Amino acid sequence: MATTLAKADAGVESAARLEHVSKSFTGPGGRQLVLDDISIDVAPGEFVTLLGASGCGKSTLLNLVAGLDRPTAGSISTDGRPALMFQEHALFPWLTAGKNIELALKLRGVPKSDRRGKAEELLELVRLRGAYGKRVHELSGGMRQRVALARALAQESNLLLMDEPFAALDAITRDVLHDELTRIWQETGLSVLFVTHNVREAVRLAQRVVLLSSRPGRIAREWTVDIPQPRRIEDAPVAELSVEITEVLRGEIRRHGQH
Amino acid sequence: MASTETTQAPAEDAGSVEAGLDALETGATGRPSLRQTLTGKVLPPVIAVAVVLVAWTLLYPVVDDPTKLPSPAAVGDAFREAWLKGDLLGYIWTSVSRGLLGFAFALLIGTPLGLLVARVRFVRAAIGPILSGLQSLPSVAWVPPAVIWLGLDNSMMYAVILLGAVPSIANGLVSGVDQVPPLFLRAGRTMGATGVRGVWHVTLPAALPGYVAGLKQGWAFSWRSLMAAEIIASFPDLGVGLGQLLENARTASDMAMVFEAILLILFVGIAIDLLIFSPLERWVLRSRGLLVKG
Repeated sequence: MATTLAKADAGVESAARLEHVSKSFTGPGGRQLVLDDISIDVAPGEFVTLLGASGCGKSTLLNLVAGLDRPTAGSISTDGRPALMFQEHALFPWLTAGKNIELALKLRGVPKSDRRGKAEELLELVRLRGAYGKRVHELSGGMRQRVALARALAQESNLLLMDEPFAALDAITRDVLHDELTRIWQETGLSVLFVTHNVREAVRLAQRVVLLSSRPGRIAREWTVDIPQPRRIEDAPVAELSVEITEVLRGEIRRHGQH
Repeated sequence: MASTETTQAPAEDAGSVEAGLDALETGATGRPSLRQTLTGKVLPPVIAVAVVLVAWTLLYPVVDDPTKLPSPAAVGDAFREAWLKGDLLGYIWTSVSRGLLGFAFALLIGTPLGLLVARVRFVRAAIGPILSGLQSLPSVAWVPPAVIWLGLDNSMMYAVILLGAVPSIANGLVSGVDQVPPLFLRAGRTMGATGVRGVWHVTLPAALPGYVAGLKQGWAFSWRSLMAAEIIASFPDLGVGLGQLLENARTASDMAMVFEAILLILFVGIAIDLLIFSPLERWVLRSRGLLVKG
């Protein structure tokens, strides 16, 4: 495996570019390859979902893109430091909703006098106007994820990484948050790299769906989703494409049962 | 204001559905009334004290030996006498000022020490086990060497308090830091909170509950160490604190005064905890939603 940890080309045309990225961990069972030769290009303003069953290394891949870990081989370049949203809200319980957002602003170097106003704006964007002074535990699961989204947006990064952010929510709340995320993505022009194991969610949200195989994670196939937004998860075209993708996904999973 | 009717336009509809969900899922966060707090929290200990007093009164004629068990009235007289002579507050102040000042020093030493042990692997391997071990060493054991090293003065008292309280405070901070969820650290790092900024904005606030628990225990250890030091190393020039009061009462075989001193030591320890450390702990836990009200 050639290690090409090259510097990003000058004048990057993409929000994130992954070139032949591989990652292996040394565990008790020896060296284990988790990601194998992944190349993905996320264009500015593009919404890409990474879809895969467990063991496909989705979270590992996001950690690499977020810069929390380094690839074993290959190169990753992003346009600035990406924002990252987790399955758990990861809001700090010692701060109010508003102060959580302000901390992200502060760490980005926004002057103190501007922070409050910006935080209120961001809360408005996720439709939580009155939540500024609320403690995290006073908010419902859906509200927490919206505050977490506002905090991620506060980083004013061009790339938003989302690691199954709605997986722990109930179906009704998830549905509403899909609408919100689509609206915010369209309003802000962000690039989004969204990881999920939920096929319909992937199709509902993305312009492009990238299917990863498991153990090791490899790109199995890609779909371009040209169903116009706003979509609903129960729309016929969404369902049709989901069925097609699910078939391929099942085939990928089935391979692991037969050695 | 929160309507939940379904329409065909998802984007416009989302806001109103969301508002409805928010209203449905945010539970009422009412607090119990003052009256409920009084009957729930104040009344039970008052009754417990009353029961002890009744038992004491009944036991007194059975023992029938004031040099072993003084009557509640005699102990009350000892309190009244000390109060009328104007000595009572003096005893309390001598010990409390020593205790709090010693605790403040312990805080200044224990906090950076705890942070060092928690963050620097070498320091942890080197003194971590000793620090936990010191917690099980009764601080009375430090009194004789402290007297020899420092002589019979206040610095000896402070030394004993420090040796008792610093390990608790440092250990509290270490366990607080150890229990910081890794998710918070990752979230902080993606926002740019690394190095010192990460410690200040993420690790320390996240470790606060463990730290406060350490402070609480540290105070209990400070107070105990101080009393041990005052009882063993009583010396007229040091001023009469509660420990000396107890020792003086023993030498005078005045059992009512012995009881007076013991009760004072107990009450002051409880009072400081109730006035400072418990509210601090409750505030930290409640603001994080960690205190579930029954």
